[in-house]
Amino acid sequence: MSPTQILVVEHLTMSFGGLVAVSDLSFDARRREITALIGPNGAGKTTLFNCITGFYRPTVGRLQLAHPDGASFMLERMPEFRIAREARVARTFQNVRLFPGMTLLENLLVAQHKALMLASGFTVLGLFGSRRYARAEANAIDKARYWLDRVGLAARADDAAGTLPYGAQRRLEIVRALCTDPVLLCLDEPAAGLNNNESAELNKFLRAVREEHGTSILLIEHDMGVVMEISDRIVVLDHGLKIAEGTPEEVRHDPKVIAAYLGVADAELDHVDAEVAP
Amino acid sequence: MLRDNEPSKPPAFVAAAKEAALSALVAFGLFVTLIGVRTDQGPTGALVIATRFGPLAAIVAAVFVAAFIRALVFRDATVISLGRLVPPRVTAVVSGLAGYAAIAFLVVALVVPVLAYTNRYYLDLAILIATYTMLGFGLNIVVGLAGLLDLGYVAFYAVGAYSYALIAQNFGLSFWICLPLAGILAAFAGLLLGFPVLRLRGDYLAIVTLGFGEIIRLILLNWQDLTGGPNGISGIPRPSFFGLPFTAGENGFAATFGLKYSATHRVVFLYYLILALALATNWFTLRLRRLPIGRAWEALREDEIACRALGVNTTTTKLTAFALGAMFGGFAGAFFATRQGFISPESFAFGESALVLAIVVLGGMGSQLGVAVAATVMLGGFELFREFAQYRMLVFGAAMVAIVIYRPRGLVSTRTPSVFLTEGKVIPAAIVQAARTETPA
Repeated sequence: MSPTQILVVEHLTMSFGGLVAVSDLSFDARRREITALIGPNGAGKTTLFNCITGFYRPTVGRLQLAHPDGASFMLERMPEFRIAREARVARTFQNVRLFPGMTLLENLLVAQHKALMLASGFTVLGLFGSRRYARAEANAIDKARYWLDRVGLAARADDAAGTLPYGAQRRLEIVRALCTDPVLLCLDEPAAGLNNNESAELNKFLRAVREEHGTSILLIEHDMGVVMEISDRIVVLDHGLKIAEGTPEEVRHDPKVIAAYLGVADAELDHVDAEVAP
Repeated sequence: MLRDNEPSKPPAFVAAAKEAALSALVAFGLFVTLIGVRTDQGPTGALVIATRFGPLAAIVAAVFVAAFIRALVFRDATVISLGRLVPPRVTAVVSGLAGYAAIAFLVVALVVPVLAYTNRYYLDLAILIATYTMLGFGLNIVVGLAGLLDLGYVAFYAVGAYSYALIAQNFGLSFWICLPLAGILAAFAGLLLGFPVLRLRGDYLAIVTLGFGEIIRLILLNWQDLTGGPNGISGIPRPSFFGLPFTAGENGFAATFGLKYSATHRVVFLYYLILALALATNWFTLRLRRLPIGRAWEALREDEIACRALGVNTTTTKLTAFALGAMFGGFAGAFFATRQGFISPESFAFGESALVLAIVVLGGMGSQLGVAVAATVMLGGFELFREFAQYRMLVFGAAMVAIVIYRPRGLVSTRTPSVFLTEGKVIPAAIVQAARTETPA
């Protein structure tokens, strides 16, 4: 594993009974880069995410994650909460998953559960009002306030998350993931349902996060405007197979990618088949 | 909403009449066998069918009229909301008073023994209410905060009671040593239940916890050597006032303090004991809510998958909820045993679980004040109708139906945030997730 790589996926296969959702996939994501996963519906993008974040256990394959300090984690062997907590991989969901009845601030405090739990002496010290816990909570609130400010939600910190409009819910979910101090942030269609203005804001925000916090980002996105603009590298999946990989420019002109997205005329089918499945 | 132009709109009458007729038909179908027909012992000893069509007709007519009026007045409303009946100003005053309600409630609770010193019946009722309030607080951790539907809570109550009875009898330890032991043993029972149900939610969890409650009861019933089986355990040591027994003797409580001996002393002591336990439970729960563990419980109720993605260990989070909830059930059980002096498996049937759960749901899941009010209303209401025993269930059922229509999320259904940046706003019930009966995908 080279020092520029943060995540290396090798020969990953995930099958559900007879259905092979991801088949022998290998790729890597590089440190401080934005790597996009694209592909038609059903290509296996979300399945791949679920494997990386531990919600699925891969049938075959290896998922290695390296921290900047050199610590290395075998993600395929870890349960999801340890991946979030120790390997520091955070994720968002395709259909936003907030804690709707809790306030924005509480949402962000739950994301800092590990630090707060330690400071509260696993509840025992916190129960008797330890000063260490009070300090830790104040820090956690400061951090939450910082992230809410960054996405323009600070004014609504005390409102229930469920009352936010859709675009704001998406932003909240992203900053909630960022509150876990991730080294790798996995975003599942962050721009889905956003208008042009909002997705432009999102692009700016993601870039800024990468620059300022050194977070590497892996994202699934259908909005090609977003993908082509912010990705450093793109991995294209189709039917569980990787069909292309490269810079946005390379991928944009790849005939296999065009075929997968747009389909091809019958006359060209043999030709394309030969290229797609050599 | 009353409409001025009602008479000029005959279709409204027709629609209302139709709806009322339908309601009357349902009422007829329901009551024809309950009221219209009954069997009596005939002169020869054989059963004969007697009819009571008069009362039946009266009930059906009453339903028709009520439904007709309802359909006319609330023509547009699918569900009648209280907001339509009560003017906003009244609502504002009431919610302003709610802040003081908890304090008022506490003050009343503290002076009950003074007010009812001569009336043993009221004292016993107050003890009963306080016991169920405490059970409600305990179950509230599991159901209200963590959102895990538990139908077998009485099991922990039983474990606490039997632990206290057996330890106190066999080892002669005092109440204050047995109480924590009973709580700890009940907490272990909570863990025991927690492990197998970690992966379950909603309906499945409810069924397994229901089974667990029955298993504990059956063990108590059948493990004759230990628990005495159906005969139960009698002669459980009564509590003493920090070493002073409540007896007429020279070393008794009354003699030591120069009072005239009265059996009421012990009852008052028991009342304050359970009140203190309930308040301690309340304090503990409120405190836990503001700690990471409490927030993790609520997050678990809101969205378990998101919790896992944020590094919350849902296994330990669920187990602590089960264990702590069970512990408070165990404390209440120990108190029950020392108060009664006699326990048997009969006291720990499913009905108790259902009653405690009803208190939590009626009170508004997650609300401490709501639970206390609900316990008072439910048990006090039961007692109020004791003289009209035959109507008790009828009124109870009607009250439940009214609650379901007017306050489907309980008496106090709003959620107060555990922490705030600038101002604390209550969160309306509609967006707070309740203990779910469906299993999320």
